[in-house]
Amino acid sequence: MSRTPGDSAVSRAATPGQTVGPFYGFALPYAGDHLLVPASHPDAVRLHGRVLDGAGDPVPDALLELWQADPAGRVPRATGSLRRDGYTFTGWGRCATDNEGRFSFTTLRPGAASDGAAPYFALTVFARGLLNRLFTRAYLPGEPSVLDADPLLSSVAPARRGTLVTRPDEHGFAFDVRLQGADETVFLAYPRH
Amino acid sequence: MTDNRASSDAAATTQAEVTEEIQQIAKAYEGGRDGGPTDGVETQPRLDYPPYRSSVLRHPTKDLHHADPEGIELWSPVFGQADVDPLEADLTIQRRGEPVGERMVVTGRVLDGEGRPVRHQLVEIWQANAGGRYIHKRDQHPAAIDPNFTGVGRCLTDGDGGYRFTTIKPGPYPWKNHRNAWRPAHIHFSLFGREFTQRMVTQMYFPGDPLFALDPIFQAVVDPAARARLVATYDHDVTQHEWCTGYRWDIVLTGSHRTLMEEEVEA
Repeated sequence: MSRTPGDSAVSRAATPGQTVGPFYGFALPYAGDHLLVPASHPDAVRLHGRVLDGAGDPVPDALLELWQADPAGRVPRATGSLRRDGYTFTGWGRCATDNEGRFSFTTLRPGAASDGAAPYFALTVFARGLLNRLFTRAYLPGEPSVLDADPLLSSVAPARRGTLVTRPDEHGFAFDVRLQGADETVFLAYPRH
Repeated sequence: MTDNRASSDAAATTQAEVTEEIQQIAKAYEGGRDGGPTDGVETQPRLDYPPYRSSVLRHPTKDLHHADPEGIELWSPVFGQADVDPLEADLTIQRRGEPVGERMVVTGRVLDGEGRPVRHQLVEIWQANAGGRYIHKRDQHPAAIDPNFTGVGRCLTDGDGGYRFTTIKPGPYPWKNHRNAWRPAHIHFSLFGREFTQRMVTQMYFPGDPLFALDPIFQAVVDPAARARLVATYDHDVTQHEWCTGYRWDIVLTGSHRTLMEEEVEA
């Protein structure tokens, strides 16, 4: 395999991000994108909510991506998220918001990836008007002792911690993404990013 | 054309006013860097960039919270041959007839922050047609829809991190940020790395576009060198005799946190 000299171990500056714009809607969404399992699956749960802007108005042209561990806390390594076979749990989904800013994923409850960590859904947020993607986590609701012990949650100011925790409801979990404002969602940055 | 909207409407702002705002921000950035530390370079777009009006209510106002990636964040979803047909990389053969416009190949490599190829990962693109029109119900720009061009493509990077699309050069198009706002021609790219944290959506632009200085989305990357990384290079070796023009554009994702296993690096 050819390798350009200087490729290895040379630090390169990342390409900047840009907004998905308004017209991703015919490119990124696809049939079954938000159905990580069929709704008829006996263990199916729903993660749903709204994406809201700084005025509290719905963002109808946002896109969320979900990436999660399986119920045993394992990271899925199977293909088939774009062409689902209906049986394999790939852990990944995509959902565009509707005219009311709503999104909904049908999935399985994630397990905790390690001892002492609380289980969560990893989310990526894209939107027209949002110049680069945002990362956040949606934790399962749980005992305060479990949530307080989580390394990330315990590092967030108590007043804002709640923005990272889902609310239980009839079918699963409710979670709103607030891009701006007093109750703005905690968005994450990772080292070297 | 009469404009009855209130003067406070963003779309009533003139290009001159928006350009002035862009230049003020650029000057402040350059001034702030005079004699300052060189590591103050902004490598990503500003989330808060008022000349792009839609960003005003859609950018976080609080600092991003620093997190150590863990569990699922150290991995990326896996896409394979079952997900993507190799023919999806040719946007000119999706319909019965030939699309209108300048046929082109855009190719390059996806690398991580350490210069390693990002292998076997999903790349998705979407774009306007040669007339600057998207096939999207909300795109009401009165340019022709090309029935033979959807403007959507996918591929997986090869063992060297390479990607390659055959497509039609997109046209510039008007948008409603301000009066007479036109986007420079661009192709949207969606990329997955080896980790959740490397996920990126961006836009590739074409060299020498006269709209660059006027466009608040392109200019939201305030550092000129960082902005230049969004512009492809015309490559005559990619251009094919009597067939198409060729552009080359390499994409660098961020570094990875996980110690890569041998098979991921060399597979």
